[in-house]
Amino acid sequence: MRVNVTVNGSHEVVDEVWEGESLLYMLRERMGLPGSKNACEQGECGSCTVYLDGVPACACLVAAGQVGGRDVRTVEGLAEGPPGDERLDPVQEAFLETGAVQCGFCTPGLIVQAHDLIGRNPAPTDAEIREALAGNLCRCTGYEKILDAVRLAAERTAAAS
Amino acid sequence: MASPVKTPGHVAAPGLGGVGESPLRPDGTLKVAGEFAYASDLWMDGMLWGATLRSPHPRALIRSIDIGPALALPGVRAVLTHEDVPGRKMFGIDHTEDQPVLAIDQVRHQGEPVALVAADHPETARRAMEKISVGYEVLEPITDPRAVIADPDGLKVQDLGGITRHQPVRVGDVAAAKAGAEVVVAGEYEVGIQDQAFLGPESGLAIPSDDGGVDLYVSTQWIHNDVKQIAPCLGLPEERVHMTLAGVGGAFGGREDLSMQIHAAMLALHTGRPVKMSYNRYESFFGHVHRHPALMRYEYGATADGRLLYADVEIVLDGGAYTSSTKNVVGNAASLGVGPYEIPNIRIDAYGVYTNNPPCGAMRGFGAVQACFAYESMMDRLGAACGLGPVEIRRRNAVSQGSRLATGQVIESPAPLADMLTRLEAMPMPPPLDPSDLRNLPGGVSQTTHGEGVVRGVGYGVGIKNICFSEGFDDYATARVRLEVIGGEATVLVHTAAAEVGQGLVTIQAQVARTELGVQKVTIAPADNRVGDAGSSSASRQSYMSGGAVKAACEAVRAGLLALAARRFGRTDLAVAGGKIVSRADGVLGTVEDVLGDAVIEETREYRHRPTTAMDPVTGQGRSHTQLALCVHRAVVDVDVDLGLVKVVELAAVQDVGKIINRTGVEGQIHGGSAQGLGLAVMEEIVLSDGLVRNPSFTDYLIPTILDMPPMRLDILENPDPEAPYGLRGAGEPPTLSSTPAIVAAIRAATRRALARVPVRPEHIVQGS
Repeated sequence: MRVNVTVNGSHEVVDEVWEGESLLYMLRERMGLPGSKNACEQGECGSCTVYLDGVPACACLVAAGQVGGRDVRTVEGLAEGPPGDERLDPVQEAFLETGAVQCGFCTPGLIVQAHDLIGRNPAPTDAEIREALAGNLCRCTGYEKILDAVRLAAERTAAAS
Repeated sequence: MASPVKTPGHVAAPGLGGVGESPLRPDGTLKVAGEFAYASDLWMDGMLWGATLRSPHPRALIRSIDIGPALALPGVRAVLTHEDVPGRKMFGIDHTEDQPVLAIDQVRHQGEPVALVAADHPETARRAMEKISVGYEVLEPITDPRAVIADPDGLKVQDLGGITRHQPVRVGDVAAAKAGAEVVVAGEYEVGIQDQAFLGPESGLAIPSDDGGVDLYVSTQWIHNDVKQIAPCLGLPEERVHMTLAGVGGAFGGREDLSMQIHAAMLALHTGRPVKMSYNRYESFFGHVHRHPALMRYEYGATADGRLLYADVEIVLDGGAYTSSTKNVVGNAASLGVGPYEIPNIRIDAYGVYTNNPPCGAMRGFGAVQACFAYESMMDRLGAACGLGPVEIRRRNAVSQGSRLATGQVIESPAPLADMLTRLEAMPMPPPLDPSDLRNLPGGVSQTTHGEGVVRGVGYGVGIKNICFSEGFDDYATARVRLEVIGGEATVLVHTAAAEVGQGLVTIQAQVARTELGVQKVTIAPADNRVGDAGSSSASRQSYMSGGAVKAACEAVRAGLLALAARRFGRTDLAVAGGKIVSRADGVLGTVEDVLGDAVIEETREYRHRPTTAMDPVTGQGRSHTQLALCVHRAVVDVDVDLGLVKVVELAAVQDVGKIINRTGVEGQIHGGSAQGLGLAVMEEIVLSDGLVRNPSFTDYLIPTILDMPPMRLDILENPDPEAPYGLRGAGEPPTLSSTPAIVAAIRAATRRALARVPVRPEHIVQGS
C-alpha cells in the first residue's frame, strides 16, 4: 500500500508498505529514520515515542496505514536550522550536557516526551516531570540526570521566551 | 556491494577536558539527535532479515526437522539447521564449548536456537519459521538445583552436568568456633533470576567479505572473545572474521556471551548477501544469559558484643543448561561470600549447577550480588540479636586496609568501610512526604487509601566487588594511539577494541589522551579487531584496563614527540603542556604542530594489571583478585503494610572510586547501578514454572521507571589505589550490590517481616515470608 505522510515537515510518499507494518517499522526501515528505537514493541518502554499530529505516541503501536495524511515528528526533526547546519533543540542540548545520556537507546523517546512536557508546561515540578516521563524506561542512568536535563531545558526555554 | 553500509564512524571528542573533568560524551551529540548507529539501525541495500526458530520446551529430544515447506515460501532465501554449521558445531565463553550453535539431537532450555531463516522481509521470515516442523519428544525438565547437588550423576542435563563448579573456602576451625559462640544466628535466602534488560536488543549485520570471510557489525561487550568463538564454528581463520562494534544499547553482562553473531554470519555466508538480525523483546529474554538465581544457607556465630567468630555458608547458583561464565561466577560468590567483614573462621561451599532452567552467566555484580543480599541480611540479624544497630554491627566487623578476605588475600589499598558507614549515617534524612498528594504514597496515583497503613523504614547495605578479571586470568588491554597534524592542528586518534556500551569509555579514552599528550583534538576510532584485544567491558574493568592501555600508548607517543623535539631544539629538559613543547628552564619553545610537521607518531601498547592467582580448590585460599571496591547504601522507604506496596523515598550512597576520572560519568554509574539493585529488591524477576519463562516482556518483567527510582544523595570518596592508573577504582558494579540489601532492610524495618527472598513482593509484606 501507499502512505502519504508529512514527516519532520516534509511531505513523503512511501510505497510497498505492508498492512501489518507499524509506523515505527516504516520510519526505521522504509524512510531512513532509525532515530526512534524499537525496544519492546508493546508500548511499555517509550523508546519509539514520536509526535503524531503534535501528540506524543508510541510509534510501535500505530499502524503505518493509520498515519496517511497526518503529521509525524521524530527526534530527527527536533533540531532547527538548514540541513547540515542544525542547532540542537534545548532539550537535546540539556540531555547531552547533564549526562542524561549513557547508552542513549532510550534517549530519543525521552527527548520527544520531555519536549512535549516543556511545550505544555514550561515550569514543571519534579512530580510533574516524573509523571510525564513515567512511560519511558531507561536502564542506564537511574533517571537522576534525566531529571536534571528536563529541569535545565525548562529553565533555558523559559529564559529564552 | 550495491550501497555503502550505514555503519559506525569515528567520533570526535568535543570540547576540552582531561582526567578529572567532565567533558561531553564524544558520541553524545549523535545520540541526542537520533543519529547514532546502533546495531539494530544498520542497513544495507539488498540485505536479508535473519530469524531464529527456538525451542518451546525446556527439555526434549529432537526426532526430526522438516524445513521443506519453509524453504518453499516465496521470499525465503535460506533455512539452516545444525547440519549447515560450516565448522565446529559447539561454542562457549571461557573455553568450555558445550553450547550447540543450533540444537543437534536435543534441546536443553526453552528458547534454545534450533533453525535459522533468511528472508526478504522480517514478516516473511517469521512465517517461514512457523512452517518449520520439528518433531520433539518432550522430557521432564530438571529444574531443582539442590536436587542436582544431591544427585549430580543422576540428574545430568548435558555431558558435563550436574555440578559446574564447587568452590570451598576453609579458614580456621568453624567447628571449634561454634562451641565458643555466644550468639548464633541463621537464615536461608533466595535470589530470583534478574535480567539485564538492556534496552537495545541483540542485533547485528553480517556481510560476506571479499576474502571469503565475513564482516560483522554487532553490539557486544568483547570483540576478540566473540571472534575466538565465532571463527571455528564458521570454519574460518580468525583473520577472516572482521568484527566492528556497532552502537550498543546497554549491556550489563548480557552481551558477554554470543547471541546472533554466528547465526547471522552463517546466513550471510550461505546466501552471499548481507543479513541483519535484530531480536524483539520477547526473543531477547531468550537470547542472552541472565543473573544466576541463588539459594543460600547462612549461619553466623559471634561474641555477645557482636564480633563475628565464624561463618558457615552454602551458596547454590543455578547456571541453567550450559556453562557460560558460571565457573567464574561461583568463584566470586565463594571469595566474596561473607562480604567485607573480618571473620576468623569460615566455611563456604559455593556451587554452580546445570539444570534445564534458562542459562545464566554474567550480569553486573557477577556472583557478588546474590551473596551480598544474604550476608547483609545476616548482619542485620546479628545486630538485632546483639542489641546493636545496623551501622554499629557493620562498623564493628568492617575490614580495613590490611585485613584479610575469606580467601586469605590481604586488602592492600585503602578500604575505609567504617568511615564510609559513619559518613552515610551522618547524611541528612529525607523529610516525611505529604500524604495528601497521592503521588507521594506507595503505589502512587493508584493508591486506594489515605495512607493510613504507611510506615517508614530505614536500612543499610554494604557491598564489596572485585574489579578486573580474577583467578589467574591473563587480563590485558591494548591501545593504539596516533599523533599527527591534520588541517594544521595536532590530532590524536585513539583506537582500541574496547566496547563502549553506554558507560562512557569513549569519553574517558579522550580525557586520558588529552591529559597525557596535552593535545585538545582527540578522535576515537570505532572499536574493531584490527587492533589487539581489549578484554571485556565487564568486571568494572575498562577505565582501569583500556584506560591504562591508552595511557601507556600515549606515554610512548609522548616519548616519541619529545625525542623529535630534543633533536629540533638540541636539549632534553622538555615536556608537553597545553599543546606546546616546553623547556623546564626556558618555558615555551614551540607548538606540538611545529615539532611534528609531517611526522606521524603511532604506538601500540598492552596493559596488564598485577597477576592474580587461582583459588585453592580445597581451601579457596589465594590472591585471586587484583582490586576490590566498596559501596555502602542507606535506603529510606515508605511501605503500605496493608497493601504490600513499597515506595523507595531516598537512596544515599558512599562509594570509594579511588580517583574521579569523570564525575558526571561516575555519578551516572552509581545512579544506574543503584537503580538495578532497586529493581532486584522489589520488582525484577524472570518467573519460571517447570523451566518455562512466564514473563518474557516489558509488560510482565518490570524494571524501575522514573516513578520508582527515588532521588539519590552521593558521597564519592577518592582514596587512590597506587597500583591502578591515576589511582582509580572500577565503579560500575559496586552500587548494584549494596542497594538491594539496603532497600530490603528498610522494608523489614517498616514491616517486621523476615523477607528472605528478593524481589520482595506485596504478598511477602502482607502475609510474611
